Amino acid sequence: MPEVQELVKSLADKYGRKRENLLHILQGIVEQERYLSDVALTEVARELDLSAAQVYGTATFYTFLDTEPRGKYVIRVCRTISCDMKGKNRIIQAIEDALKIRLGETTQNKKFTLLETNCMGWCHEGPAMLINDQAYTNLTEEKVIEIINDYVKNK
Amino acid sequence: MTYNKLKRIDLIFHEDCDCRQVLEKTFSKSNDEIINDILESGLKGRGGAGFPTGLKWKFTAEQPSDERFVICNADEGEPGTFKDREILFKVPGKVFSGMAVCGKVIGAKQGYIYLRGEYRFLLPELQKALDKFHDEIKDLLDFKISIQMGSGAYICGEESALFESMEGKRGEPRNKPPYPTVAGFKDKPTVINNVETLVYSFMICKHGPTKFKELGTSDSRGSKVFSISGDTPIAGIYELELGMSLDHFVEEFGDGDTKAVQVGGAAGFCVPRKKFKETIIGFEGVPTGGSMKVFNSSRSMYNVLHNYLEFFEEESCGQCTPCRVGCQQLIKGIEAVKKGEQKAAYLDQLMKLSETMKLASKCGLGQSVANSFSSIVDNFREEMIY
Repeated sequence: MPEVQELVKSLADKYGRKRENLLHILQGIVEQERYLSDVALTEVARELDLSAAQVYGTATFYTFLDTEPRGKYVIRVCRTISCDMKGKNRIIQAIEDALKIRLGETTQNKKFTLLETNCMGWCHEGPAMLINDQAYTNLTEEKVIEIINDYVKNK
Repeated sequence: MTYNKLKRIDLIFHEDCDCRQVLEKTFSKSNDEIINDILESGLKGRGGAGFPTGLKWKFTAEQPSDERFVICNADEGEPGTFKDREILFKVPGKVFSGMAVCGKVIGAKQGYIYLRGEYRFLLPELQKALDKFHDEIKDLLDFKISIQMGSGAYICGEESALFESMEGKRGEPRNKPPYPTVAGFKDKPTVINNVETLVYSFMICKHGPTKFKELGTSDSRGSKVFSISGDTPIAGIYELELGMSLDHFVEEFGDGDTKAVQVGGAAGFCVPRKKFKETIIGFEGVPTGGSMKVFNSSRSMYNVLHNYLEFFEEESCGQCTPCRVGCQQLIKGIEAVKKGEQKAAYLDQLMKLSETMKLASKCGLGQSVANSFSSIVDNFREEMIY
């Protein structure tokens, strides 16, 4: 997979090849590929002269550094107490129905993955979710369907 | 006990000040004078632990080393806390300026902002503001700030875990001592302050320590930014004078049917209605990093506790046994009691387990699970059982 090799190399050129640059590089790969494949991880290990176990160990520590294939758009609905109290389950249900996937799954066209996440700092405007880096707050079932439809059609 | 009436303050978000001008004025003083101002103000860390900020700066400055660092902890992850996002969004210049003052005082040339991954959308604007700031102070001080992103790990808000993460490793807390003032990022003396602490430090430089000291109580000087959520008609971010009673707080922010307030997030304490009057928000009473969650009588405190425990179970780094296994067992335990598979007295055993976690866990995460666990189980025991 020469593409990943090139990506890893360009990220290593950009950030450096020391251990302290590891997180930057992993974040850069996830930004492009949405997840860290085994090939990407071993490539990073080779490029930074670390063991693959060290790279894998670091990657799997962080929730946002996925090591499983994810869709182009990763939807993370907040599950912590305030959003829970304001009905995050209904929001998840609405997304599940709209995309025909269950929590944790990716759509067949690899466009969306639906996940839950811990408190993301929007407790006063819950329920809240992230789609990739973008935050959406004060969600209702209607609003979330509208947002998802916009992604389906326009992105 | 004496307490203050609830009073709204407008220091932090107040009209954008001319940061450069304040920095010039501040830098005309000696480093010792600046540290003394911060010490004199009585400012304590606003991330929750409440260590005197001036002392932190002083210890780091005194530590012999060829290199020192300033780190702004913007890994705001405590459930119910969202004020640092607002501060970084609205007044980033004050955050950078606070870091610059600290950098000058301790002799650091490099500062970092560790921003939680969930706030990545702030990055473009923040970087723009930072470039502008660098440009503004380039003839004033040799000090650069870089922004490092987190990747969704609550534990990285723990200072030593944050250093590990910045060094490209798993965010597992270190043994202490040595403390960051001696060996922090890259094992160099490091000041690590919460976003809000840095802004208050800068505001103290601007207004002098007296104005800050006049607010609050003897143990909790000044004001603080609160993140208020839950069953309240006016959820949001408020700067309030420290030392108010919870009674006054609920009067202002409750919905008229408040049965409990969780002070300090999942790692904090649950205060039931009958204790509102005697509870003071501040270091002499119940301290908080800013999180205030209001629950009304329609809420099941079992669900609240279960949600918190799930949070801790997932966010525990798994490094030490008391925390890793303790969190799992506490969840299983309350589930078993709820289902009637265990007798109610089993809750007492779980309380003992949480005490053990407090004593034996390596870092603040495992140590503070007992705070919410015992305060919820103690005060709402019947809700755990039936």
